[in-house]
Formats: sequence, structure tokens, C-alpha cells
Amino acid sequence: MALLYMATSSERSPPPFPEDLEPEPDEVGDQDSDDGEDIFLGADNPLEIKMDHSLPASDIASSTKPLSEASSAPVMDILSEPASEAFSAPMMNLLMEPASETSSAPMVDLLMEPASETSSAPMMNLFMEPASEASSGPMVDLLMDPASDDLKEPPKPDINPLADIINDAPLSEVKTPVAAMTQEPPSDLFDDEPSELFAEPRQSNTAKQQQTSIFDEPDEDLFSEPLGEALKKPQNDVFKEALAPVAKASNVCGPLSDNYNEDPTDIFTEEAITTLPSAVSTVSVNSKTNGVHSDEEEPDIFAEATVELSLDSPRNDRKKKEAAKPSASASAPSVSASASKPQPKTLEELDEEIEDKFELNISITNPEKVGDGMNAYMAYKVSTQTTLPMFRSKTFTVRRRFSDFLGLYEKLSDKHTLNGYIVPPPPEKSIMGMTKVKVGKEDNSSAEFVERRRAALERYLQRVVFHPSLLQDPDVREFLERDDMPRAHNTQALSGAGFLKMINRATDSLSKMTIKMNESDVWFEEKLQEVEAEDQQLRKLHIMVDSLVGHRKELSVNTGGFAKSVAMLGSSEDNTALSRALSQLAEVEDKMEQLHQEQAASDSFCFAELLADYIRLLGSVRASFDQRMKTWQRWQDAQNMLQKKRETEAKLLWANKPDKLQQAKDDITEWEAKVTQYERDFDRVSATVRKEVLRFEKEKARDFKKQIIKYLESLLQSQQQLIKYWEAFLPEAKAIA
Amino acid sequence: VLNVDLQTDATLQVDISDALSERDKVKFTVHTKSTLPNFKQNEFSVVRQHEEFIWLHDSFVENEEYAGYIIPPAPPRPDFDASREKLQKLGEGEGSMTKEEFTKMKQELEAEYLAIFKKTVAMHEVFLCRVAAHPVLRKDLNFHVFLEYNQDLSVRGKNKREKMEDFFKNVVKSADGVLVAGVKDVDDFFEHEKTFLLEYHNRVKDASAKSDRMIRSHKSAADDINRIASTLYTLGTQDSTDVCKFFLKVSELFEKTRKIEARVAADEDLKLADLLKYYLRESQAAKDLLYRRGRALVDYENANKALDRARAKNKDVLQAETSQQVCCQKFEKISESAKQELIDFKTRRVAAFRKNLVELAELELKHAKGNLQLLQSCLGVLKGDT
Repeated sequence: MALLYMATSSERSPPPFPEDLEPEPDEVGDQDSDDGEDIFLGADNPLEIKMDHSLPASDIASSTKPLSEASSAPVMDILSEPASEAFSAPMMNLLMEPASETSSAPMVDLLMEPASETSSAPMMNLFMEPASEASSGPMVDLLMDPASDDLKEPPKPDINPLADIINDAPLSEVKTPVAAMTQEPPSDLFDDEPSELFAEPRQSNTAKQQQTSIFDEPDEDLFSEPLGEALKKPQNDVFKEALAPVAKASNVCGPLSDNYNEDPTDIFTEEAITTLPSAVSTVSVNSKTNGVHSDEEEPDIFAEATVELSLDSPRNDRKKKEAAKPSASASAPSVSASASKPQPKTLEELDEEIEDKFELNISITNPEKVGDGMNAYMAYKVSTQTTLPMFRSKTFTVRRRFSDFLGLYEKLSDKHTLNGYIVPPPPEKSIMGMTKVKVGKEDNSSAEFVERRRAALERYLQRVVFHPSLLQDPDVREFLERDDMPRAHNTQALSGAGFLKMINRATDSLSKMTIKMNESDVWFEEKLQEVEAEDQQLRKLHIMVDSLVGHRKELSVNTGGFAKSVAMLGSSEDNTALSRALSQLAEVEDKMEQLHQEQAASDSFCFAELLADYIRLLGSVRASFDQRMKTWQRWQDAQNMLQKKRETEAKLLWANKPDKLQQAKDDITEWEAKVTQYERDFDRVSATVRKEVLRFEKEKARDFKKQIIKYLESLLQSQQQLIKYWEAFLPEAKAIA
Repeated sequence: VLNVDLQTDATLQVDISDALSERDKVKFTVHTKSTLPNFKQNEFSVVRQHEEFIWLHDSFVENEEYAGYIIPPAPPRPDFDASREKLQKLGEGEGSMTKEEFTKMKQELEAEYLAIFKKTVAMHEVFLCRVAAHPVLRKDLNFHVFLEYNQDLSVRGKNKREKMEDFFKNVVKSADGVLVAGVKDVDDFFEHEKTFLLEYHNRVKDASAKSDRMIRSHKSAADDINRIASTLYTLGTQDSTDVCKFFLKVSELFEKTRKIEARVAADEDLKLADLLKYYLRESQAAKDLLYRRGRALVDYENANKALDRARAKNKDVLQAETSQQVCCQKFEKISESAKQELIDFKTRRVAAFRKNLVELAELELKHAKGNLQLLQSCLGVLKGDT
């Protein structure tokens, strides 16, 4: 009967299924797998193809295009990135090698000559020469005959660096015709993982350097297989030992620029020497070790890895290492004396040394609300513990309020941004957060805000004192030491949005100027691009991590809700064992709520805050690039002015007006002086920016590693807890009967 | 997933061997193995759609004969709307995404779609298995037609008027339900079951909704981790510095942990949310049984009163007697089977919860351990590197 009824009615309501979605029959047929595993195995079944059809398929294809273009860009960056070190390193070698190899006479000449001339000349040649013809010969030799090269190397350190540069030049040029700019050849030399990009050049490289290949391996192994460490240990020691001084060598860009600046009286030099006379004695030691190790050709291949190692290894380690290489250091005792001329160049090392030798721990604690109502503010205890002689005592504390921190930033920024320094920015003002605190809401978000800000201020201050030049600033000292800080004014201008606006304005004008500026130094151009790309990615990442924090908080709340609901369900269940198991489940979920909340906090504190810091810091990096542009602009303007003045003089001469001629001549002299001065300024700022960016990158790498490892550890703890909870629950579930 | 202790025997076994998703419908291949003489063959398959399942269910509900049984709850309507909507959004937002992100999103959606699809199939299968295992319903003629008739049953979806009628019927029923539920039951067993089911149903409803919310945020968090992984990958491929390699390692880790997190969410969905959802519907079916019994009881009592009145007036006595007897029989018949049905319901429930909770705990442990191991080895590598 039913059949009849059914047969007559043919009307249908269309169920809303997606079009063309047709799962693989077998896939769906196997349903007894009930742990959901296979749900995710079928990702690439016919379904995928069908889905493509339902979408605008052509768009998908087209969207990939810009992408591949974008992804090819970083490759260029990879080449250019280490270039800076490449710049400085060969020069270092030139200068340092004679120190160890006193036997070779021409070397000494090299050393004695003004650094700028000697070092820049070969470099220039290298860059100017068409790489293919200049170097194809030696390269082939080296490739053909690696053994002989090995023999050659130790006694001829003077030739090797150059030879290597020449050798590498064709390699990189052949491989990357686009990248064949003046700076590229050395970059390949110092690229610490050329194998990934240019497998072939790498082979030829390793073939000719038997020493460096030793260091090469542990470098990779460290990353990929820590378990094999035991086996590699002896090598690792060698590696580290050699690297400690190398790290210093890699920092030479500052002094290097001094050389071509023809301006040896560097500002940092003065500061460092006057304020820290005691530290100068360590310089000779450093230069000694540099001398020793400079006869390893291309130490800078490891410059990057080295930096990390030397920074993270405790001082004790280094002492041990120094003790462990008595023969090396003993072989060049006289070197330090002879190498005293390029001493200024070791100032950077001095900075490094300061960082390593002194102790300066800053902590911010005890956030406290002072006052009431809208005039209330938070005061923080800033504690310093130090062995630095420039401070009056070893430990001291002061109380500072948020605006004091902003004030400090303003003072530092006013002074140092002009010179191209990257001044760490303070956390932004948060009217929302502070209002809550002022109103005296004692809720979670308010406490979280205070803690977040405390931590951000602490990191900010640590970045400031960790900066060797900023640490020397009297304002920093005053901030740390002085009891009765005068109130900072006008910090309002820098608050929150205002600060961001400032940075944006800076970057706007920067991009405008970039168009005008005919960049003579590719390094800056590429670095700036890198910084901009990174800024974009970090912002994206920050948004995502924020979203994770939000979802994790939501998860925590919802888990709590579920826990309560399950507890209720358990209480109404009339099977005793099931009822018990359900209330146990509720307890597990309760703990999970807590766990998710803690995890959200660590998502936020370890990860999101780190990103926020670096987004702000990248703003400062851009500002320092901007500053370089400005000084360039000033120099250009002055040149134009000089040109005009000369034209005026010519006109006057031609018009035969001697009465005004003297004035014109004076003007020319004046502007000539200005042009010289501004050019010097530009060179100085450029050098500073370059040095600062490298320093920044080093710190960034260290910060990210430290923070992300900390973050992963928090995730690990979460999982451990999770296992504990579920393990306790499992027997309860099994007991249901 | 949920058909735990349905005593299937060899005389009638039903499963869904295949399912096809076509434009606007899902086609289930219902596969039957039976030694019952009613069927022409021992093994056969037919293609059925969701509407036909609903028709079968409704025919049970409408059948007075089955008033004393818990009618297995109808499978929920396949709902791919959310999935499809997301897919559309993906198409729209495509321009603003990198290739990796797009591929990832697409994979996510496909996985999500597949999960919904499999769940749909499972729910339909559970319904059939429950019917096949039921001592009375398995003999139902409509059921046999459903299983055997190898052509379209040509059931149609309800039209607007019928839907309105259903709606009013439900309003009346729930109002009546309140009335009926208010009547104190003469039987302690049923009185207890009534109280229990009313509360239980509400709580399982709440728990089901809460578990959905919990799982949804878990999925969102897993999606975030996924996106973080791809951005870290982009950062890591910007150059080949140490920190970039570090980013790549972390990206790789997140890529793996997010898969595990998504699996945790999916398994919670399968083991917890689906269980609760099923018992939400099953407890509703049990409540419906109690309602029918309560209605019959009220009818019976009213018939008694009518008979008393008729006797007092000495008018239409015979008619009232017949009516009273019909009501009495109906009530007794329902009560007789309902008791066993409710006891079975509890047995099934306890077994299903046990199975699912044990599996949930085991899967949670498996995933947490997998996560832990990933984190440990990654941290080992990262720390070794710094």
C-alpha cells in the first residue's frame, strides 16, 4: 500500500548538497574505522578535483603565479644577506694575517699602509673585473687539483682569501646571472649553507678547503642530528674554539667603514675608550686571537653560526676554550703589538667583550598603582644588579612609571636616531588597558594587562642596556640610578597610536625617498626590502598568534562549560559506574580548562609579545634606514647648492663682476666644506646603520630562538599534563559496567 | 560508532556499503544479508536517499502497532551547507592568500567535508542497524521493502502544508506532553523513568551543545596553528640564515602538531559529540515512548470515567465498555513492551558510553603522546643547534 502511495508522488525537495562532490566509493565504504584517522587520509581523492571545478579553477592557477615570483625573491636575498660580512671579512684577513705570518714581507707592507687604500683596492678590483675572465683560470685549477691547494694554503694566507674570492666569483656569477652585481661574489663565500642553493659550487668549495670543511659538518649536524653529537664532539670543540674569535672578526663592519671614511675618530671609539679604560687591555688579547685564527681562510663562512654560539656560550666556556688552545695563542705573542695599528677596528670586539665580561641584570617587578581615579598610574620597581664600574653601586632599585620609560625612549631617540642607531621602542601606551587599571577593576584582563606591560617594559629596558652604545648614554644611567627622576613631559605625543603614526610616517617618507635615491649600495637596498618583507610576515604572524590566543581562550571557556555540563549529566545518570565516570570526565575537562588557559597565556606572553616587540623594533630599523636617507638627501642638496654656487661664480667671472666674486668664492668654500661634511656624515650613518642592522639581526635570532624554545617547552608541559589527566581517567572509563 | 550492543544475528544484517554524493543529494547503497524467507535473495543491495530513511522512520512512528517501542531516531539530514559556504569563502579570499595557505585551506575543507560525509553515512547506518536488531521492527514490511525493492521508492519530501501540519502536531504534542507528564504514574518504574528521562534529555542536550562549542574552538585553534606554520614557513624561506632555518624547523613542527590537534578535535567530535548527539535523539525517542504510554494512560483513565458516567446514566454503556477495553489493552500493551525497551535503552547507553569514553581516553592519550614526542625531538634539535 505504501508502495502505491510512493509511486504516485514524484515531487521532491532538493537537498542542498554541494555540487560534484563525489567521494571515492572505497573510502566511504570502509566505515568500521572509528577513530577518525581515515577521515584525513582521503585528502587527495577525486573529491579534490571535483571541488576544483566548483571553484573558479583558473583563478587558482593564476594566484600561484605571483607567488612563485615572490618566492624567488628571497633567493636573491640569500645571496646578498651575508654580503656585509663578506665586505669586512676579507679586509680583516688582509689586516690580520700578517700578524701571524710575520715571515712574509709584502704582507707587512699591506698592514702598514693606510687601511683604506690597501683593503679597498683589491676589493674594488674584484668587483670591477668581469668575473668570468678574471677567475675562470684559477678556479679550474682549484677544482682540478684540490690536493695541491691544500698544501699551498697554510703558508700563503695572504693570497688565499683573495684567490678564494676570485674563485668563488665565477661560481656565483655563473649560477645567478641576475645576482652578478658588485657585491655578489663574496657573498657566496660567506653564505653558510651554500649547499642548499648551489650544490655544485659548494662541492668545489669544500674540495679546496680542508680546514673549513671540518667546521662545516658540525654546523649542519648541530642542526639536523644532535644525537650524533657524541661522535662529533672533538670536532665540535675545534669548531667552537675557532669560532669564538671569529665572531669578533665578523663584527668589523663598523671599523671597516671607518677606514673608508678616513675618519678614525669614531664616535663610539671615544665613548668606549673614555668610559671603559679597563676594557681596553682586553683588546690586545682579542686581536691576538684574531691574528691566530685569521690564517684560516674564509673563517667568515661561519660568521653567522658563530655569532650565535659565542653569544650563547657562557663566559666560562670561552675561558676553557682559550685554555685549550695554548699552542695557537702562544705562537703569536708579538702580534698584538704589531697589530696595534688597526686597533680601532677591534672596538666592536670591545663592545662584544663588554657584553660578555660585565654583568648587568635588569628586572622590573612590583607593579603598583599609585594614586586614585584618572590620575592614578602604575609604578614599577626597576632593579639593577651590575658589576659595571660606571654605576655607583652593585645593586640598586628605583621606581619608575610608564611615562618615564617613554621619556627615556624619547631622549635616546632624539640623540641616537640621528646617527643611524636602532633605538629600541617602548611598549605602546594603552588607554584601554590603563583605564581599566585606573578604574580599579580587579579582573583577569586587568591583571593580565599589568603583567604584560611589566614584561614588555622589562624587555624594552633590557634591550636598551644590552645595546653597547645606548648603555653608555648618561640618560640610561640616570634612568637606572637616579632616585628623583624629573617627570617626563610630552610623552603624550608618543602614546599608542601616535607612536605608530610616527613610524608609519617615517616609512612613508622613506619609501618616497627610495624612489629618488639612486642607491649606490645594494646592501642597503636589499636589506631594506628584507626588513619590509619581514615586517609584513611578522605582522601576519602576529595576527594569527593573536587569533590563536583568542581561540585558545575560547576553548578554555568552552571546555569549562562542557565540564560543568558533563558533571550535570553525570549527576542525572542513573547507572552508578557511568555516573561516576562522567563526573571524572568533568574533572578532567575542568583541568583541561585550566591547561588551555595557561597555554593561551603562554601563546600570548612567549609568542605574541615577541612578535609585537619585533614589529615595533622593525619600525625602529626602518627609522634608521630613513635616517640614512635623510643624511644622503642633505648631502645631495648640498652638492646641488655647491653646483649652483659654482655656476654663480662662473657667471660672475663671465660678467666680470669682481666685487661679488669674493663672496661667491667664499660661498663655494663654505659649501665645499659642507659637502665634505655631509658626505662624511652620510658615510658614518651608513656605517652605523649597517652595523646596527647586523647587531639587530643577531639579537633577533637569539631572541626568537630563546623565546620560541621557551614557548615550545610550555607546549610540552601542557602535553605532559594532558597525558597525566587522561591516564587517570582511562581506568574510570573502563570501570563502566 | 554508536551501535554497540545491538544484538545483530546472522538472520538479518544491514550495512551501508557505499555512498555517493551527487549534486544535491547523497545516495546510500544499503547492503543486506539475510536468511529470512521474506526476501527473494540472501544478499542484495539497493540505493536509498535520505528522504527514504525519513519515510521509513515516519512509517514506524505512525504505526500504532509500534507505540510501545522506542523508535530508533531518524538520521539527521546531511548538512554540507557550512562546508560549502566555507568553500565559497575560500574561493573569494583566494587572492589574499599565498599558494601554500590556499592549498592548506582547501585540504582542511576537504577533510572537513569528508568528515561530515562519513558521519552522515554512519548516522544512516546506525538507524538501519538499530531497526535490523530490533525484535519487532526488523519484521516490518516497509523495512523489508526499503531493503529489497530495487527501484526508487519515490517518497517525496514533505511540502509546505504538510510541514505546517507537522509543526502544529508537534505543538499540540508538546503541550499535551506537559499535561501527560504532569499526571502521576501508577507504576513506580515508569514514574522513575519519566523523571529521569526528562532531566537526562535536557542535560544531554546541553552537554551536546557544549561539546560542539568546545570542539569548534579546538578546531579553530588547530586552524590557527596551521596558519602560523605556513607563515613561519614563509619567514623561514626568506633567506638561509640560521634563524630562518630555525623558523623552518618550528614551522615543520607546527605543521605536525596542528594535524594532531585537528585529529584530537575530530576524535572528540566522533567519540564525544556524536555520542551525546545520538543519545540526545535516542532519549527523545524514549521520551516519546513515555509520552505515548502516558497518553494511553490518560486515555484509559478517561475511558474509565466515561464508562462510570455511562453506567450512571445507563446510556451508551456498551460503547463505553468497548472503548474502555480498547484503551486498557492499548495501555497494557504499551506498558508491557515499554518496560523492556527502557531497560534495553539503559543497557545500550551504558555500553555505548563505556566504549566511546574508553576510546576517547585512548585516543587523547595517543595524540598527546604523539605531540609530546614531536615537541621533545624538535626541542632536542633546536637546543642542540643553539
